[in-house]
Amino acid sequence: MKLLTLNFLTCAIKTCKTSPSSFPLHPQDAELEIVESDVNMAFLRNILPRLMWEELRGITRELGLPELPETAPAAEDLGEPSQVAKDLHRLLLETSIREGKLVCGNCGHEYAVKEGIANFLLPGHLV
Amino acid sequence: MSKLEARGEGYEAEHVHSVYEEIASHFSSTRYKPWPIVERFLKELPDGAVGADVGCGNGKYLTVNPRVFIVASDRSTNLVKIARQHQPHVAVVADNLSLPHPLYCFDFAISIAVIHHLSTSARRVEAVRAVLDLLRRPSGDVGDSESRALIYVWALEQKDSRRGWDEGHEQDVMVPWVIKGGQKAKRVKGQRKRKSEAEHQDSEEQTLAEQLQSKTYMRYYHLYRKGELRHDIEEAGGVVIDSGYEKDNWWAIASPKRDTGPIGS
Ligand SMILES: [Zn+2]
Repeated sequence: MKLLTLNFLTCAIKTCKTSPSSFPLHPQDAELEIVESDVNMAFLRNILPRLMWEELRGITRELGLPELPETAPAAEDLGEPSQVAKDLHRLLLETSIREGKLVCGNCGHEYAVKEGIANFLLPGHLV
Repeated sequence: MSKLEARGEGYEAEHVHSVYEEIASHFSSTRYKPWPIVERFLKELPDGAVGADVGCGNGKYLTVNPRVFIVASDRSTNLVKIARQHQPHVAVVADNLSLPHPLYCFDFAISIAVIHHLSTSARRVEAVRAVLDLLRRPSGDVGDSESRALIYVWALEQKDSRRGWDEGHEQDVMVPWVIKGGQKAKRVKGQRKRKSEAEHQDSEEQTLAEQLQSKTYMRYYHLYRKGELRHDIEEAGGVVIDSGYEKDNWWAIASPKRDTGPIGS
């Protein structure tokens, strides 16, 4: 599961969604892999304003990945492509969680990631 | 359909979810041509739009427009395994009544041939609401386009189809999905590749013995009558922007009502 996905994921339990601590989900016991793909500049530029940068920084820290700069790069920093763009592509689109779990910071529920697929189905009593 | 069996979550687990999990690869091999209305909706999106495909199945709509980013989900792990191969999009396993997305985080959403699988009226309205809850609320700034969802459901009125349903027919029906003997055997061996045209022909000409091994899966559907999709959307707090009928299906493009959410604003 590409790390970019975490920018659009939260806890599946309804009562958690209005709590700020449910976003982002926290990867735990994560086994990462790099799945290489071509840099798509248009895609990077488009996605840039949608990134929750502060939360993304937190996730990279939790995963022990290189520290991200304090503020998000601007569109003009991406070049054609610049190192900034290449690094962002590597982090968001090539770095993937293969195995592990995603944990809600509000309720503590753990969602498994297996063979790169995150599973958000809830046990009956939590629906 | 047995009237003794209470509809709801457990009913759908047996008559929808487990069926799709079983038939995933065969189902996927027959589902690759996008429907025109869905294709148009996705192609008209501005570059860089981010959206959700709720009940993505094998992900056939993930190939339509590579300039948008889609976070797809389906309840069937086997279908998600197929859907996630379409770059640059992503796919996760989730229930459409408990979606793992922050409120109001997408520019668009689609839910194609999904909501008709929910077995009570209240659950269908809830499923529509879950889709509308994904949509970004307009900021009110000039030029800020409305976020939209496209919903597609099977119609009751389809007298031209071979199934022959029409006005006045029972709306809650069980629909068979048949996997013929030869194909079933292959699936069990773990092959998930799309069947070639030639193999398909072979399976048409199978022996009687093989036909006896065919397996039929029954799936639950609620067939929507004219006006019912609009009703469900309005009940869920949405407004219909455009709607129509396309080849045995009712479709609608909807937005959240102006005064719904974000909470506290
Ligand atoms: Zn939670």
